[in-house]
Amino acid sequence: MTTLPEDNIAAAPAVLTQPRTISLRPSARHLIIAAAIAVALVIPFIAKSFIIFQLTEVMIYGLAILGLNLLTGFNGQFSLGHSAFYGIGAYTAAIMVHNYEINYLWTLPAAGGVCFVVGFLFGLPALRLQNLYLALATFALAVAMPQILRFHALEAWTGGVQGLVVDQPDPPDFLPIDGDQWLYYFTLAIVLVMFGAAANLVKSRSGRAIMAIRDNPIAAASMGINLSLYKTLTFGVSALYTGVAGALGAFAVAFVAPDSFNFLLSVSFLVGLVIGGVGSIAGCLFGGLFVLYVPNIANSLSTGLAGAIYGVILLIVIFVMPAGAAGFVRFAVLQLSRLRHTPITNPEGGKS
Amino acid sequence: MKHLTRRSILATAPAAALVLKAWPARAKDYGPGVTDSEIKIGNTMPYSGPGSSYGTIGKSETAFYKMINDQGGVNGRKINYISYDDAYTPPKTVEMARKLVEEDNVLLIASPLGTPTNSAIWHYMNQKKVPQLFVSTGATKWDDPKGHPWTIGWQPNYQSEGRIYAAYILKNKPDAKIAVLYQNDDFGKDYLKGVKDGLGDKAKMIINESPYETTDPTVDSLIVGMKAAGCDTFVNTGIPKFAAQAIRKAGEIEWKPLHILSSVGNSVAATLKPAGFENSKDLISDFYLKDPTDPQWKDDQGYKDWIAFMDKFYPDGDKTDLGNVTGPSLAATLVQVLKQCGDDLTRENVMKQAANLKEFTVPMLLPGIKINTTPTDFAPIKQVQMAKFDGQRWNLFGELLTGAVG
Repeated sequence: MTTLPEDNIAAAPAVLTQPRTISLRPSARHLIIAAAIAVALVIPFIAKSFIIFQLTEVMIYGLAILGLNLLTGFNGQFSLGHSAFYGIGAYTAAIMVHNYEINYLWTLPAAGGVCFVVGFLFGLPALRLQNLYLALATFALAVAMPQILRFHALEAWTGGVQGLVVDQPDPPDFLPIDGDQWLYYFTLAIVLVMFGAAANLVKSRSGRAIMAIRDNPIAAASMGINLSLYKTLTFGVSALYTGVAGALGAFAVAFVAPDSFNFLLSVSFLVGLVIGGVGSIAGCLFGGLFVLYVPNIANSLSTGLAGAIYGVILLIVIFVMPAGAAGFVRFAVLQLSRLRHTPITNPEGGKS
Repeated sequence: MKHLTRRSILATAPAAALVLKAWPARAKDYGPGVTDSEIKIGNTMPYSGPGSSYGTIGKSETAFYKMINDQGGVNGRKINYISYDDAYTPPKTVEMARKLVEEDNVLLIASPLGTPTNSAIWHYMNQKKVPQLFVSTGATKWDDPKGHPWTIGWQPNYQSEGRIYAAYILKNKPDAKIAVLYQNDDFGKDYLKGVKDGLGDKAKMIINESPYETTDPTVDSLIVGMKAAGCDTFVNTGIPKFAAQAIRKAGEIEWKPLHILSSVGNSVAATLKPAGFENSKDLISDFYLKDPTDPQWKDDQGYKDWIAFMDKFYPDGDKTDLGNVTGPSLAATLVQVLKQCGDDLTRENVMKQAANLKEFTVPMLLPGIKINTTPTDFAPIKQVQMAKFDGQRWNLFGELLTGAVG
């Protein structure tokens, strides 16, 4: 009898106060991530190669959106120019493989490096531009990119308007899988590493500095954060992520052409970012799903009205999930845990 | 007893399987997407995005297949035409082509539109050995039966048109000083190459090459430059907007060269009307389709049939848009291939028949133009006819010309 009240006292505050849910969350999150990775590892053996190809594209778009998210979601800088970084990454990989027959493994660091430098340099003048003006400047980059890729002085490398054919990477001989499966696993590995790195970056001191700049640049500066350095570096890292995605995209599609990297691609990234959840890392994959599948769904409902249906779906999603997919999941988990916990506290409260 | 029955079933199974397997093969040979009542055909088309003005080609094709189905289909089989939007972006074309081939199991992909988009699926289609028939683009590279035996073009390619212009100039104005206006992309450069190849060692006759970008507001300054350079012959390969600007500007500055207008920009409604008929007099161009805005066809049977088709099956379609002539003509060519296939509807036979079109004609092709293909010739339409604009309409003259790129 004496033990029971003690149990009640111990249990009640733990349910009512926040810390318990927070201490539970990381392990639950790890479980979910582990389960998701397990599912992702199994998919190529049960799905058809077309589905595998589509999911590879989803991961690639997710990675590109993560790049944009680091810049926009975490650092508060707008960009409508990420199609350009995606294109630079894709062309870097394509030129290396097509013109110089370099192993595809080397193209990813090269694409990332080139995009980091370009992004960093673009970040320097972008420092002087705020919000809408930055959006316009990056918009200019997106509009210019297809023209630059067509430019005849660069034709020897870029193939001009005809584009370049990229050989899909062959799976290693010791693995009994086909090209689509191999590219899927390859992409999955890259995506896991880069998502993990992004999660660590956001949690680190630098990550807090990046977010502080977003939330209040004056306060951040007064705390000793070097604004210009962090903003340009974030621009560079963001471009790096999108560039690596572009290189993977070149292999998935096996072809690059200037028309692949137009301004509309930037808009899809932005849509994916908002749908997935601004400032959410896992949400970027939801964004990738939306970018790839929703236009197809819209088109399957009506060819003539595909654009309008896409718009309607977008509006519905934004109304239902104003904080994006990640926000929606967070909200749902919160509601569920409340539902689960309130019935327990009530009977216990009744007893005491 | 139980044991015995199982054994007897096992014993008869292989024989039954053999019969089942052999029986349909003897009667008919079907590739993927074909049944006794249906043929599945795939297509990609820019219904959205920067190329969406071409989307009407896909819609008029859909309407044409509906007409064919209403008439009973091809050899008793209805055509199930699956057309996906690729927004004119190559990655989307790859995705949609793979969906058509791997998910929808189409027999073939017919008249996908665009040069970059077709380039993106070119290798895939040939690797998978799926016919990529009558691509809706004038690039020259589709005529490659050796390297890409599963891809075949359709319209006269831009290079051969360029050669025809060169031949015309060499014949009528051998000492010409030529200026060329071209779009700074694949199709513009194809034209330029055709003209240069056609001139051969006289390519130096071109003294002014003026590329424009589709984003340029105007080409006026280029035209002034051509006149200043002393050019007396003008090959104008612009799309309607820029072709019209060039014609109007030449009229304004009273520059009167031998003015050749490419087939891309020779629509009366889209180019000559905005340019002004008085400025358009004596223009030279080439044709392979009947321009629906041209009054000379108003009593032509092919034109009347086309109007009837448009009224019934595609009433929303713009009857001045050449795309709505192109679509049904492409579709009619495919229907002919399927007819020739009979009951042997395998991908191999489709390709064999597509490479075996003999003297085939479509109502909206110019009188006399025939579609011919052979296993070594994947350029179905090779003929064009020159025409001169008299201030009101195009008057066809001379004989049918070919500028085959070999």
